[in-house]
Amino acid sequence: MTLSIAKAAALFFVVAILQVTIVASIGILGGSPDLVLVTLVAVALTQGSIFGAVSGFWAGLLIDIARLGTLGFTSLLLTLAGFWIGRYGETTGRDRAHAPVLSVAVVTVLYALGTLVMRFLLREPASAKIALVDELPATIALNLLLTFPVFALVRWLFKPAQRPPEVEFVG
Amino acid sequence: MVILLVLASLAMITVYFRESPNGALHDFQSASSSVLRPFEIAASRVARPFEDAYGWTADLFHAKSENEKLRKQVNDLTQTAIQRTEAIEERNALRRLLRAKRLPAYEDLANAMVTAEVVSNPVSQFDQTMVIAAGRNDGIRVHDAVITDRGLVGQVSKALRDTALVTLLTDPAIAVTAKDSRTGAIGIVQHSQGAEDLLFLDRVGKDKRVDRGDIVVTAGKQSGKQLSSFYPRNIPIGHVTKVGQTDVDPWQDVQVMPFVDFTSLDYVLVLASKTPRPNMP
Repeated sequence: MTLSIAKAAALFFVVAILQVTIVASIGILGGSPDLVLVTLVAVALTQGSIFGAVSGFWAGLLIDIARLGTLGFTSLLLTLAGFWIGRYGETTGRDRAHAPVLSVAVVTVLYALGTLVMRFLLREPASAKIALVDELPATIALNLLLTFPVFALVRWLFKPAQRPPEVEFVG
Repeated sequence: MVILLVLASLAMITVYFRESPNGALHDFQSASSSVLRPFEIAASRVARPFEDAYGWTADLFHAKSENEKLRKQVNDLTQTAIQRTEAIEERNALRRLLRAKRLPAYEDLANAMVTAEVVSNPVSQFDQTMVIAAGRNDGIRVHDAVITDRGLVGQVSKALRDTALVTLLTDPAIAVTAKDSRTGAIGIVQHSQGAEDLLFLDRVGKDKRVDRGDIVVTAGKQSGKQLSSFYPRNIPIGHVTKVGQTDVDPWQDVQVMPFVDFTSLDYVLVLASKTPRPNMP
């Protein structure tokens, strides 16, 4: 468990840096991929709700620090997203082949809506048209493109250690 | 656990908003940001060549799409320019025809003139006819004279309801009673039957005077004489380019270059005369 936490902390550190420095600047058809969100979905689906919530909090904190945004803003959204996706993975989404794709698409929409609501509550300038009409479709598509490679990476990173062969009693 | 994290987030947001820029959370953010900065710079430097490549490719696609847009725009503008040029040419042609209507030579016929658009020009050297977009409904009849501002074009050879066939002066079947406007020497203008649009003034006696450069016009109906005509008098036909005579030929050899360019006619005037037609010989 400790190893998994360390791996997740390192993974989100790298992913947050990549997101802030590189991925956010990739603008295609008005949107840009959200590597942190897709990674969080992958981690939460494979590791569970609590792990997802903690990972979301950590990833959000890193993003808020790196972007010099309001501390707690992204943490709150990603904590809720990580927990919700984790619960989905533990219940109805378990062993469903479409769970990653569905989760990424739904979370991308909810995250955009949540960001808008938060900005509205904090009285920060935000355009619903730009966020939901101009950017969102392209962002969903780009996030879906990232889904399978990110999930493969996360599964490889968090794969369970080999169990020692069980002792077989004979005779 | 989750509730704790949510509460922590909300607390951070609240404190961050309420505290001054020198507050604890701001200091924490500043210090943490300083820790992250080297990683961000390193990531930026590593990613820069890829970003440049991406930017170059994106610019290329953008330039391509812009190029296509500009090409389309150029095509549209070219079409507009062509249409405008055509409109100007059309306006000029109609103005010229309007001026021609006011000429003293056509004074008596001004009310009977019909402006008609040329639908089809002669298609070959052997087909010296053209179709105009006016017919019987416009008062046009067979043998009506057809002119432009430059001079005589020919005559209507077939009149349908809304269109008419005009046989040009360059058709061998057409003969026009004409005269030298300076000396009054009368003859018959016909096509020279060569490849060019040259005409010749036939039946001009050797005792009559015709000089190079003289203008040849329609003679009109010569009352009391043998030569009768469908054409009103004094319609310009062309100018004399060559005058000659031989011992065996009783007539002079007078070559006439028509004023009208029969290959590029857009509009013509039909002299829809209401007077009775002279009988064909």
